[in-house]
Amino acid sequence: MYSQGLIGAKTETTEDEAFLAAFQARIDAEEKIEPNDPMPEGYRRTLIRQIGQHAHSEIVGMLPEGNWITRAPSLRRKAALLAKVQDEGGHGLYLYSAAETLGVSREEMTEELLSGKAKYSSIFNYPTLTWADIGAIGWLVDGAAIMNQIPLCRCSYGPYARAMIRVCKEESFHQRQGYEIMMHLARGTAEQKELAQDALNRWWWPSLMMFGPSDTDSQHGDQSMKWKIKRFTNDELRQKFVDATVPQGEFIGLSFPDPDLKWNEDKGGYDFGAIDWDEFWRVVKGGGPMNRERIAARQKAWDEGAWVREAALAHARKRKARREAARMAAE
Amino acid sequence: MSKNLIPLWEVFIRPRNGLAHKHCGSVHAADEVMALQAARDVYTRRGEGTSIWVVPSSAITASDPENKDENFEPSLSKVYRHPTFYEIPDDVGHM
Amino acid sequence: MAGASTVSRQALTAFLLRLADDHLVLGHRLSEWCGHAPMLEEDLAMPNMALDLLGQARALYQYAATVEGAGRDEDQLAYLRREREFSNCLMAERENGDFAHTMLRQLYFAAFMEPAWQAMLSSSDEALAGIAAKAVKEVAYHIRHAGEWVVRLGDGTEESTRRMKAAVEALAPYVDELFESDDVTAAMAEAGIAADPAALRPAFDAIVGPIFAEAGLDWADVPYGQTGGRKGMHGEAMGYLLADLQFMQRSYPGAAW
Repeated sequence: MYSQGLIGAKTETTEDEAFLAAFQARIDAEEKIEPNDPMPEGYRRTLIRQIGQHAHSEIVGMLPEGNWITRAPSLRRKAALLAKVQDEGGHGLYLYSAAETLGVSREEMTEELLSGKAKYSSIFNYPTLTWADIGAIGWLVDGAAIMNQIPLCRCSYGPYARAMIRVCKEESFHQRQGYEIMMHLARGTAEQKELAQDALNRWWWPSLMMFGPSDTDSQHGDQSMKWKIKRFTNDELRQKFVDATVPQGEFIGLSFPDPDLKWNEDKGGYDFGAIDWDEFWRVVKGGGPMNRERIAARQKAWDEGAWVREAALAHARKRKARREAARMAAE
Repeated sequence: MSKNLIPLWEVFIRPRNGLAHKHCGSVHAADEVMALQAARDVYTRRGEGTSIWVVPSSAITASDPENKDENFEPSLSKVYRHPTFYEIPDDVGHM
Repeated sequence: MAGASTVSRQALTAFLLRLADDHLVLGHRLSEWCGHAPMLEEDLAMPNMALDLLGQARALYQYAATVEGAGRDEDQLAYLRREREFSNCLMAERENGDFAHTMLRQLYFAAFMEPAWQAMLSSSDEALAGIAAKAVKEVAYHIRHAGEWVVRLGDGTEESTRRMKAAVEALAPYVDELFESDDVTAAMAEAGIAADPAALRPAFDAIVGPIFAEAGLDWADVPYGQTGGRKGMHGEAMGYLLADLQFMQRSYPGAAW
């Protein structure tokens, strides 16, 4: 996902000009950078930051949708949702693995998430109030994520690009799953249609915020674009998302909560209203409706899992010792 | 913290018989049995494989990118190792 | 439905619903972990098992609906029956507790079902044999995964050993119920549809025994075993499970999703 991953990234770097120029030449030639290759410290730090926050977003993202696994309205929906939330966990895992190639451990990244030092996508700090939210998240949030993730498949850092290819391949069902839920609701009873419209009203603006601050306010965009960690600007991706999504909503008879939303023939895209950036920054900084609960849930899982992880390690040591002893006895 | 890190394993999967195992990612697990199960649960959810290898990441010895030129460039000039280096008349047919 | 010639439609439906309820309820419990597992790898492993169980439940409900012939579908069977109509075993509905409880419950159920599915491979009921053919492979993995964890937690740290022993203690009263026979199971056994549950006990012991030995665990004494699930007598937690499971269907009667 998430251009928001760059918020707070320190892109400055201290290597000499010749080193930086040689590195830039490799990037410009579309060469992939691999883990052991020489790279500017700023590049490494930016990647750790972005991949880590991307991974955290997947993991925290399991919670709002996980909230409805036990209450899914049919067995078919239940299986699809469980598989989808499981996928998010898998994507988090692929991404942590990609970040680990840069010399940071999953445990360190987890601690940064829990301490609040590392951020995750602001969208997951909104609550899932009704079943329709599961449709809206799949359709809008995964739709926005895909917009961001497809260009990341060509990211200059090899392990990140490879993880994204796998993620994109798996994620192709997520958005369809969400849209199908919305479509059923929009074509269902009056009550169901109301659920769908209410969910769209609540998730539309936060979805647009997922692309991160406007290009004019984004501090790290330029350097990340130069290093091809990012391949489109926040505003470009946001526009692509709006242009793709509005006709989908209209097709199922839902309306968007933006009076300024209208087709602009000249630019060949939609104009849309101003995003409430105060709300965005409030949620990023911890003031969203669910920030505390999300981190508390992750903290609880981490703390309550500690004895399991310790037991696994302790048993592994015993196994190894027993194997050694058996080998010695045999010799 | 970081005193009790769960080891990292590299995962290789054979997509189907006849093909070689290919690196596809990594997992965390305390021992080799759980590493194999984790690899199965994480990387074969969509019928991606028929066989799995897991290797402790720490057991991999990698070539140094610093030596990339001396390692790999010398072979680039040895064109006589490739069949296209040799000219055989078309009349001879496929060889 | 080859078996239906020798067994009543009603008995076969009752049997299929028991099995389906077991799988749905246990899968539901397991899915409660999703996003909260002790490590990320388990956040993938547990949903894999839950999805297997849910898939088996769906196949069984669909077949039960056909046999019943009352025009109900899988969702009506899962979402619109009431607590006393559910006939899952008590083991399946036990709350997750800690990871040791969850893995032991999984091992027990899988070790009960593995020989049961094995026997159903040659069921006189072809549809059931077909469901068994898929399930038997899935359940074999559940035994391996849950079994490896029981070994690790039993023979891990002091704390994990204590927790694993507590789990053995807590779940012991629900083991015997799995192997109870009654009119329904007797009719199935007689018609060659499924094995008599009592006959599955040696296979169960042969699966769990070596795992316990490796884990350093002993069977707990059970002065008073609990029973009643097959007759719709459940624990108090069951009502809450169904309140969750059936929330949408109860809130919006008749709506399609």
